[in-house]
Amino acid sequence: MQKLLTWIDDRFPLTKVWKEHLAEYYAPKNFNFWYYFGSLALLVLVMQIATGIFLTMHYKPDTGLAFASVEYIMRDVDWGWLIRYMHSTGASFFFIVVYLHMFRGLLYGSYRQPRELLWLIGVVIFVALMAEAFMGYLLPWGNMSYWGAQVIISLFDAIPVIGPGLSEWIRGDFVVSDATLNRFFAFHVIAIPLILVALVFVHIVALHKVGSNNPDGVEIKKKKGADGHPLDGIPFHPYYTVKDIVGVTVFLMIFAAVMFFAPELWGWFLEPDNFVPANILQTPPEIVPLWYFTPFYSILRANVYNFLWIDAKIWGVIFMGLSIMVFFFLPWLDRSPAKSIRYRGWMYKTALTIFVVSFIILGYLGTKSPEIISMFWFKNVYWVQAFTVLYFAFFFLMPIYTKLDKTKPVPERVTWK
Amino acid sequence: MSEEGINPRRRRLLVITSGLGVVGTAFALTPFVLSMMPSARAKAAGAPVEVDISKLEPGQLLTVEWRGKPVWILRRTPAMLKSLAEVEGLLADPKSGVADQQPTYAQNDTRAIKPEILILVGICTHLGCSPDKRLDAGFASGLGGDWKGGFFCPCHGSKFDLAGRVFKNVPAPTNLPVPPHAYLSDTRIVIGADQKGAA
Repeated sequence: MQKLLTWIDDRFPLTKVWKEHLAEYYAPKNFNFWYYFGSLALLVLVMQIATGIFLTMHYKPDTGLAFASVEYIMRDVDWGWLIRYMHSTGASFFFIVVYLHMFRGLLYGSYRQPRELLWLIGVVIFVALMAEAFMGYLLPWGNMSYWGAQVIISLFDAIPVIGPGLSEWIRGDFVVSDATLNRFFAFHVIAIPLILVALVFVHIVALHKVGSNNPDGVEIKKKKGADGHPLDGIPFHPYYTVKDIVGVTVFLMIFAAVMFFAPELWGWFLEPDNFVPANILQTPPEIVPLWYFTPFYSILRANVYNFLWIDAKIWGVIFMGLSIMVFFFLPWLDRSPAKSIRYRGWMYKTALTIFVVSFIILGYLGTKSPEIISMFWFKNVYWVQAFTVLYFAFFFLMPIYTKLDKTKPVPERVTWK
Repeated sequence: MSEEGINPRRRRLLVITSGLGVVGTAFALTPFVLSMMPSARAKAAGAPVEVDISKLEPGQLLTVEWRGKPVWILRRTPAMLKSLAEVEGLLADPKSGVADQQPTYAQNDTRAIKPEILILVGICTHLGCSPDKRLDAGFASGLGGDWKGGFFCPCHGSKFDLAGRVFKNVPAPTNLPVPPHAYLSDTRIVIGADQKGAA
């Protein structure tokens, strides 16, 4: 065995990679619950790719056959229902895990120097994931698939001059059609998964260069022991591989419960309108994307006023684009001397709470018609406008309130009970 | 990069070859980018559609498909036509000033060749949903007592009157488009072609 390993090591840095990234990669010893979601995101990515490969064996990317081929998978393919529900439930769980992973970054300042690039790569992964989910949603060719794609591709029409040509280029037709379905299939199963896997690899390489942050926001590399390893670090393997297995176990229990007992989750994971084949003459009574897009969808339809000589429609598109792009600027908006929320003052804590509440309410209202009243007294559109302002205030006021905020002294070493 | 031992001639050649390489790559990418444009078949599929409207009752709306889009044909009642003047003050573009949204022969108060027959592309100018037909006035429409009848886009709340004209302060920027059309006889119309030829 040793001889084989030496033979390989002479030709490929197997032991070196193992040590650098697992056995001798030192991670802070005070990781908590929030640190499960990175490895869980990786797990879901692998699950989506694995189930996706098997779905591709039976699915037909053709407007005449697509809807029926999904039903064929559900009814006639042995265990097809399981693989398909794993894939559809996995899509929603991917976003749950990624949103919690991003929230962890906000809690403990994981986007701060020296991890800016790590954060930026992460935001690019998030954008790629949204593209992946959006294109995958067209494939069943349900009525919501069709109209959802129609609405989102029409966003590009709003771009002056090149807009109409650009959206024709994306669709490959004047409306969402067979050409669109076929190319979305190509993007969904080849192009974007390849990009995602490459980006995740780069994300981990960047992480291992700068080292993990931790709930105290303390740089463990500053205090090294005689052996040159961080005093507050423990080897990723076996300590965190074992810890992550616990997370995986609990995660899979929840995942399996949803997948087996409520795969549609009452319309939240699979929408009722998507069990009807696409009908180009009949819009569903309410076009609603799946829950993970609804906060941004709310922001898209928040603005109904023309101002500064620009149409309301274009402002909506600008605001929605900005609501995602603004995450890229986070490392430079935060001026607080403390990274972790543990040592920040009431201002950041309040701001983060308002942001999370706004995000959830925007998400909820994104599933409702703007003209009705779903929350106290006012029509949804007014609530959406108010919470859109709060959403952006979290980012744009950040340089001010993080500077004014009274922080507690950050300890030299991580705290550990 | 070390500046030592740089041969200016080699440096110049390097810049030229890299530059040419970039140009070559752009040329090589062009076929791939253009392959995603609507194909010849997609372009050919947009042929005009003929519709028989003899059985269309007043107040009734018929939906036909043209270029993969829903096209509405509504025979307006006198009450419906009367409502057009009543809502004018609430509209963003009551005179149909945006030229691209209709052919010149529909750039009038009723946005139609024959006032009672309204022909619209039933795609919201906001983000491409197909609006609901809320033709009835008043509370029956679900849009409040002062609603005079028209179209309501459920996606983002845009409202249009019974000539497809957009209301103020809704997300949709322009009136619903009137497609090119012509009367072949009193009861037959063609959508997608007019005196000027096929659109």
